[in-house]
Amino acid sequence: MASSSAAGAGSTDPAAARRNTKRPKYSKFTQQELPACKPILTPRAVISAFLLVSIVFVPIGVASLIASRKVVEIVFRYESTCIPNNVTDKVAYIQSSADKTCNITLHVNKHMKSPIHVYYQLDNFYQNHRRYVKSRSDEQLRDRSEENSTSTCKPEDTANGKAIVPCGLIAWSLFNDTYSFSRVNQSLKVNKEGISWKSDREHKFGKDVFPRNFQSSAIKGGASLNESIPLSKQEDLIVWMRTAALPTFRKLYGRIEEDLNEGDSINVILKNNYNTYSFNGKKKLVLSTTSWLGGKNDFLGIAYLTVGGLCFFLALSFTIVYFVKPRQLGDPSYLSWNMNPGGH
Amino acid sequence: MEPSTPLDSSSNMDSFMFDSSSRRSTVSIHSRSSGVINSTREVSFGHSGSKPVRYGSKGAESEALSMSQKEISDEDARLVYVDDPDKTNDMLEFAGNSILTGKYSIFTFLPRNLFEQFHRVAYIYFLVIAILNQLPQLAVFGRGVSILPLAFVLLVTGVKDAFEDWRRHRSDKIENNRLGLILVNGQFLEKKWKHIRVGEVIKIRANETIPCDIVLLSTSDPTGVAYVQTLNLDGESNLKTRYAKQETQSKLPEKEKLDVLIKCEKPNRNIYGFQGNIEVDGKRLSLGSSNIVLRGCELKNTNWALGVAVYCGRDTKAMLNSSGAPSKRSLLETRMNSEIIMLSFFLVALCIVTSVCAAVWLKRHKDELNLMPYYRKLDVSEGKEESYKYYGWVLEIVFTFLMSVIVYQVMIPISLYISMELVRVGQAYFMIGDSRMYDKATESKFQCRALNINEDLGQIKYVFSDKTGTLTENKMEFQCASILGFDYSSATASLENEQVEYTVQADGTIFKPKMMVKVNQELLQLSKSGFTNDEGKQIYDFFLALAACNTIVPLVADTSDPMVKLIDYQGESPDEQALTFAAAAYGFMLIERTSGHIVIDIHGERQRFNVLGLHEFDSDRKRMSVILGYSDNSVKLFVKGADTSMLRLIDKSLNTDILHATKSHLHTYSSVGLRTLVIGTRDLDASEFEQWQSSFEVASTALMGRAALLRKVAINIENKLCILGATAIEDKLQQGVPESIESLRIAGIKVWVLTGDKQETAISIGYSSRLLTSNMIQIIINTNNRESCRRHLQDALVMSRQHMTTPGVTHNSEEGSDSVSTSFALIVDGTSLVYILDSELEEEFFQLASRCSVVLCCRVAPLQKAGIVALVKHRTDDMTLAIGDGANDVSMIQMADIGVGISGQEGRQAVMASDFAMGQFRFLVPLLLIHGHWNYQRLGYMITYNFYRNAIFVLVLFWYVLFTAFTLTTAINEWSSMLYSIIYTALPTIVVGILDKDLSKRTLLKHPQLYGAGLRNEAYNKKLFWLTMADTLWQSIAVFFVPLIAYWGTTIDVASIGDLWTLAVVILVNLHLAMDVIRWNWITHAAIWGSIIATFICVIVIDAIPVFPGYWAIFDVAGTALFWLCLLGIVIAALLPRLVVKYLYQYYFPSDIQISRETEKFGNPRDNGGGEIEMLPVSDAPP
Repeated sequence: MASSSAAGAGSTDPAAARRNTKRPKYSKFTQQELPACKPILTPRAVISAFLLVSIVFVPIGVASLIASRKVVEIVFRYESTCIPNNVTDKVAYIQSSADKTCNITLHVNKHMKSPIHVYYQLDNFYQNHRRYVKSRSDEQLRDRSEENSTSTCKPEDTANGKAIVPCGLIAWSLFNDTYSFSRVNQSLKVNKEGISWKSDREHKFGKDVFPRNFQSSAIKGGASLNESIPLSKQEDLIVWMRTAALPTFRKLYGRIEEDLNEGDSINVILKNNYNTYSFNGKKKLVLSTTSWLGGKNDFLGIAYLTVGGLCFFLALSFTIVYFVKPRQLGDPSYLSWNMNPGGH
Repeated sequence: MEPSTPLDSSSNMDSFMFDSSSRRSTVSIHSRSSGVINSTREVSFGHSGSKPVRYGSKGAESEALSMSQKEISDEDARLVYVDDPDKTNDMLEFAGNSILTGKYSIFTFLPRNLFEQFHRVAYIYFLVIAILNQLPQLAVFGRGVSILPLAFVLLVTGVKDAFEDWRRHRSDKIENNRLGLILVNGQFLEKKWKHIRVGEVIKIRANETIPCDIVLLSTSDPTGVAYVQTLNLDGESNLKTRYAKQETQSKLPEKEKLDVLIKCEKPNRNIYGFQGNIEVDGKRLSLGSSNIVLRGCELKNTNWALGVAVYCGRDTKAMLNSSGAPSKRSLLETRMNSEIIMLSFFLVALCIVTSVCAAVWLKRHKDELNLMPYYRKLDVSEGKEESYKYYGWVLEIVFTFLMSVIVYQVMIPISLYISMELVRVGQAYFMIGDSRMYDKATESKFQCRALNINEDLGQIKYVFSDKTGTLTENKMEFQCASILGFDYSSATASLENEQVEYTVQADGTIFKPKMMVKVNQELLQLSKSGFTNDEGKQIYDFFLALAACNTIVPLVADTSDPMVKLIDYQGESPDEQALTFAAAAYGFMLIERTSGHIVIDIHGERQRFNVLGLHEFDSDRKRMSVILGYSDNSVKLFVKGADTSMLRLIDKSLNTDILHATKSHLHTYSSVGLRTLVIGTRDLDASEFEQWQSSFEVASTALMGRAALLRKVAINIENKLCILGATAIEDKLQQGVPESIESLRIAGIKVWVLTGDKQETAISIGYSSRLLTSNMIQIIINTNNRESCRRHLQDALVMSRQHMTTPGVTHNSEEGSDSVSTSFALIVDGTSLVYILDSELEEEFFQLASRCSVVLCCRVAPLQKAGIVALVKHRTDDMTLAIGDGANDVSMIQMADIGVGISGQEGRQAVMASDFAMGQFRFLVPLLLIHGHWNYQRLGYMITYNFYRNAIFVLVLFWYVLFTAFTLTTAINEWSSMLYSIIYTALPTIVVGILDKDLSKRTLLKHPQLYGAGLRNEAYNKKLFWLTMADTLWQSIAVFFVPLIAYWGTTIDVASIGDLWTLAVVILVNLHLAMDVIRWNWITHAAIWGSIIATFICVIVIDAIPVFPGYWAIFDVAGTALFWLCLLGIVIAALLPRLVVKYLYQYYFPSDIQISRETEKFGNPRDNGGGEIEMLPVSDAPP
C-alpha cells in the first residue's frame, strides 16, 4: 500500500529525534494530532437537538405569552384630540402662548396592580437621527469645569455668546407635556423619582452642574429647566437624554403607586405643549403594569412558540424520513469512486 | 538502439539534448558548445522580474573565444588596477565589500516601511476610508476609532518587518566582520571583509570562504589550478576547477609591484558568465568565467590562491542573485477576487439604497427641516439665521453616499487578506514541522519558500516530474561490466557477500574509498590474478580506463583513526564517480590527480601516468578521451562514451565476436533501465602521437574558434578503437516512488515524466516506478519530421477516441482516467516535441495527452520542459506542479503553478527557484494528499466564512439605518464595530484555518481519491458563495428584527439595543463557525469560547466609561429577561435553516469526505461482517 509505506517512513523514533537537531521536534501539536473530538451530525443527534429546542422553547413561549397577556395597558393618543376643533394651523397653535390644557378621561377595563408606569409615547420621532444623537456634550453634563465644551452641540451650543448648559439638540428638544391624574376628584400622585437610571444620576450627570442659559435662544425647543436644581436631579432630562433606539418609543414619566380598579375612570389634566405637529409625530399617554418580561408584547412568545413548534415538526419529519430512507453512516459503498460504474 | 545523431547538428534544440551516458557532464557540455553556436543563451520567461537563467556555461574556451571577438566598450567596462585600490576607485567609487541585506535603518524604517506597506491595495482602501472619515462633513466615527484598524494592521506588519530586518542586520554584521588576508604595501594583513575594496589583492587559504568576486592571479598549484566548492552559491557540492592565467601565475605580488590592468564587464547577476581581459606586461589576455571565483565559494584542495577583487559587496554575483522567487498568486485567491468584486457591487448597492432613501426622505420633509427637533436646520446661535450643516440637497446625497461607504466598509473583507497571510504562515509551520516530510538521509526538512500558494497544493491536476534525481536517487551504482564479450554483473554474483571493502596500504597509512561498491567475485579474482595473458591485459586496460578516463579529483580526508584515510572522488558527473569507485573496488584506486599526471594504486602498487592530453566531454561527440603516457614511454588513448557514438568508432575488423556480444549486453542493460557506456582504447605510435600533439597545441593556443579546433583534434584521434567493454550503471529509484506514483494516480493527478534520458531507459524506469503498467496501451511518437509527427498524432487521437467511446458510459472524461479497461500511455521524444511545441500541433498533442493517463517525454531539453508545462497551463484551468532537482528543471519549476525542488544531490538551483523544497519525491504524497487537501479545505472555508462574517455585520448596520431616517446612525458602538473584525471574531477563524482538519492523515493516505474534492472545487465555488450569502441574509434578518419587534415601542435606548445586537452577532458568528468545526481540540475551544468571553468583556469595559453616551447600558439591559430571551431566540432561529440544510445534505447527499469522516468515527460497517462480501475493500483495488 502506498499509504502505509509513506506513513511508516515518517513514523518517528524519539531517540532519533533527540540525536538530530534538525529533525522537526515531534509533538502532538506539531504533527497536528492533538486529541480532539469530532462531532458528526448523526440523525439521532440532530433529532434530539431539535426535540430539545422544542422542549425548551415551547414552555418559554407559553410563559412569555401569559406574561404579556397579564400586562394591563391603557394607551391614549392625544395629539389631535387635544387640539381645539377650530384650530386649523396646528403648528401655529402649539407655538402660541395660549393655554393648551386638555382634559381627558381614561377608563380602566381591568384591575391594574401598582406600580403603574406612566409613559409618554412618541411615534415618528427620530431620536436616533444622526444629527440628533451627536448633538450633545457628555463632558459638559458631567463636569462643571467643562461647561464650555460645546463644540459637538451645534446648533444649540451657545446663546447670546454664552454656553448653554445642557447644550445640544437633545436637551433643547426636552419633552414638555405634563400630566396630572385624578380619580373621582381625588388626585393620584405620580411619583417622578427614580424614573431615570441610577448610574446616570450618579456618574453621568454632575451634581454640581446647574442649567444655565437654557432655552434662551430665539427658538424654544421644549421644556425649561429650573436653574437651581443640579442636572443629576433633573430626572426628566436624564430620561430624555437616553436617546431612544427606534422612531417609536416610550419614555417613563412617573409611577402611580396605587392600584387602579376595574371600572375606574381617571381624569387626566394634560398640558399639550410639545410640538410634534411640525413633523406629523404622534403623542400617546400610556399607563401600563409590567411583568417579568417587561411590557405588553406578544411577539417574543409567538416567536418562541413558532420556533419550538417548527423544531418539533422537523424532529418528527426527520424521524419519519430516517425510518423510510436510512443510510448507514460510514458506508463506503456511497463513496463516489465505488459508485462509479467503471470502478466495478 | 537509437539512430545515431549526425555530428552536424545545427539545430539549437539538439545542442540541448541530453546524453544518457552522463547527464551531469552534458549540462556543462551543451554550454560549451552553445558558446560556439550562440554565445549567450538566456532563458527567460514572460513574467516580469524573472531573472535570466543561463544554463551551464562553465567552459573557459567558449567564453574566452566570444570575448576575444567582442571588445568591451569603455563605458561598459570596469577598470581594475591590480593592487592599486586607490587608483581603481579614483574615478568611480566602486561599491565596498560591506553588504547590507537589511532594508531599513533606524531612521528610514518608519517612512520606508510605511511606503512599502501602502503598496498593497488593501491598505490603500483602509487609508482612503480613514481619510474620508476625517472630513468634518463625513465624520461617521471618531478620529481615533477610524484610524484603529489601519493602525492595527500597520503595526502588526511593521513589527513583523522590523523583526525580520533585525535578523538580517545581525547576519550582515557577522558577515561584514569576518577577516580576510589583504595585501597592503607588500604584506598580507588581516582586514575585515567590509573594508575590502575593488583592486585589492586577496590571499585565500584552503577551506576559506571567498569574501568577494575575485579574478585568480596565482595559486599554490604550479599550473595555476584552484579547486572551489560552490555549495553556498548553487549548492553543488562537487569541486570545480578555476584557473589563474599563466602570465600572472609566476608573479609574486609581495615582492614586486604589479602592473596589471583588468578590464571587465559591469556587475551582473549571471553566475556562469564573466567577460573581461587582463593586461600583463603589455600583453592582453582574455578572461572567462573559469578565471573568476565568486563570493561565497570555498577554496578546496588548494593550499592558497591569490586573487584581485573585481566586484565587491552588493556588486557581487552572489548578492545580485539573492532576490527571492517570483511571487505567485493562488488559484483560490484569484477565484476569490471575483467574489470580492461581487461584494463591492453589494456594497455599492447598499450605499445607493441608503442615499436614494435619504434623498427621498429629505425631499418629503423639505419644509419641516428648519424646526424639526431632531434635524433643526435653522441655526440662530450666531444671532442671524443660517443653515446648520446643510449643504443643499445634492451634496447631502453625495455625503450620505460617502458616509455609507465608511459605515459599510467592512463589506469588503480586507481583514481577510491579513488573516489569510497569518493562516498560511501557520500552515507552513505545520508543513515544515511534519515529520513525515523530513528526510533522514540528507537531514533536510521540508521548506516553504513561497507563502502564498499553500492552498494550491490541494488542487493539483498535473504533476510534471523530472526523472534523474527526482524519481531516482541520482546515486549511480556500478552494476554490470561487459569485458571482452563476457558479462560480469555484480548484482547477481554478489548476493551472499555484499560489498567488499577494498583498502590500500601505503607508507603505513591505509587508504580506503569512501563509497563501497558491490563487486563481482569472478571479476575480482580475474583482476587480481595478474595480467600476464592477453585476457588479463584487456581487463587491466578496462579498469585503467575507468580509473583514468575521467575528470575526477580524489580528495583525501582524515578519519577518526589516524592511520586510515578516506578517499572521496569529486567530480561533476555522478556516473564518473561511480565508475571510479568501481575501479577502486577492483583494485585500481585513483590516488592523485594534477593537471599533468595521475597516480593510480594498482593492487598495492603505485603507478604514475602522465596525462598527455584530455578531450573533455561534449554533446556532439558524446564521449571523452584521455591520452596516457606510460613510464615506458608508450602512449595509449582511452575513450569512453555513449554507445551510439562509440560503436561507430570501433574497428570492426578486430574482435567482431566481442563487438556482437557487447552489443547484445548493451541492449540487455539498457532494457532493464541501466545507463550504459562503452569503453575503447588504442595504442598510439610515436608519429601519430607527435602529429596529435602538434595539432593539439595549435588548437589550444588558438585565439579564434578554439573549442571547434579542439573538437576537431579529438575527432581525428578518436577512431579505429579496440573495444574493451561496456559498463552499466544503475540509477536507483528513490524509496517509495512506485507507491507514491500509484497514490497520485488514484488521487486523479496526472503524472508526466519529462526526462533527458533516452526512450528505452525512460520506459524501463516507467515500468519500475509503476508509472506504466502492462495493461496500458502505449502510444509512442518518435518522428523525425513534422509531417510524420502530425500523422502519428492524428492516428493516435483517432485510436484513443475509439477506445474512449466503446466503454463509453463514463460521465466525465476527467474521471475516465481512473477506469481500468483502457488507459493510454503516451511516450514522446524530444525531436518530435520540437515539431509539436513549435506549431499548431500543440492542440492535437494536448488533446491526445489529456486522454492518456501517463505521458513520458524523453530526451527533453530544459526549455522544452518549460514548454510542455506552459502548453498544459495555457490550455486548462487545472493547476500544474513541477518537481525537479537540477538546474535543468529550473525553467519548468518557475513555469508551473507550483514548483517543487528536491534538495538532493544536485545543486540548489532548483530549490532556489522553487516554491516548496523537500528531500524526497515520495514526500509529494503527504504534501499534496494531506497538507494540500487540508490547506485547501481550510482556506476555502475560511474565505466563505469571512465573507459571511463581514456581510452579516454590514447587513445588521444597514437594517438599522432604515429606521434612522437613513442617516447612518449605528446602534452598535463605534468601538465595537471596529473591534468586531480585530478582536471579536478574528482569532477563531485564524485558528480554525490553521488547525482544523476534515480527515485524519491516515484516511487521506488510505483513500487518495479524497483529493478529488480539491480538483472539483468543492470547498469554494460560486454555488457555495451564493448559498452562504442567502444564509447571511436570513441570519442578519433574525439578528436585527427579533430585537426590533420585541423592543418596538418600549423605553429601550440606542446603546442597550446596540449592545444586544453586538453580542447577538458575535455569538452567532462564532457559533456558526463552531457548527462547522470538524475537530475540536483545546485550542479551538479556547479560541471560540474565548472570543465570545472577550466580546462580553469588551462590551462591559466600553459601557463602563462614563463619557460615552451609552454608559452602563449593558448592565441595565442584561438585568432583564427579555434581553436573554432575545439572545437565545436569535441564535437558534438564525442557525436553524443552516443546520437543517447541512444535516439533510450531509445525510442524504454525502460527499466522499463526509463518508470518510463517518468511517473514521464509527468504523466501516462493512468490516463487521455486515453483508455484501463481494464488495472489494476500496483500498485494495487500484485501477
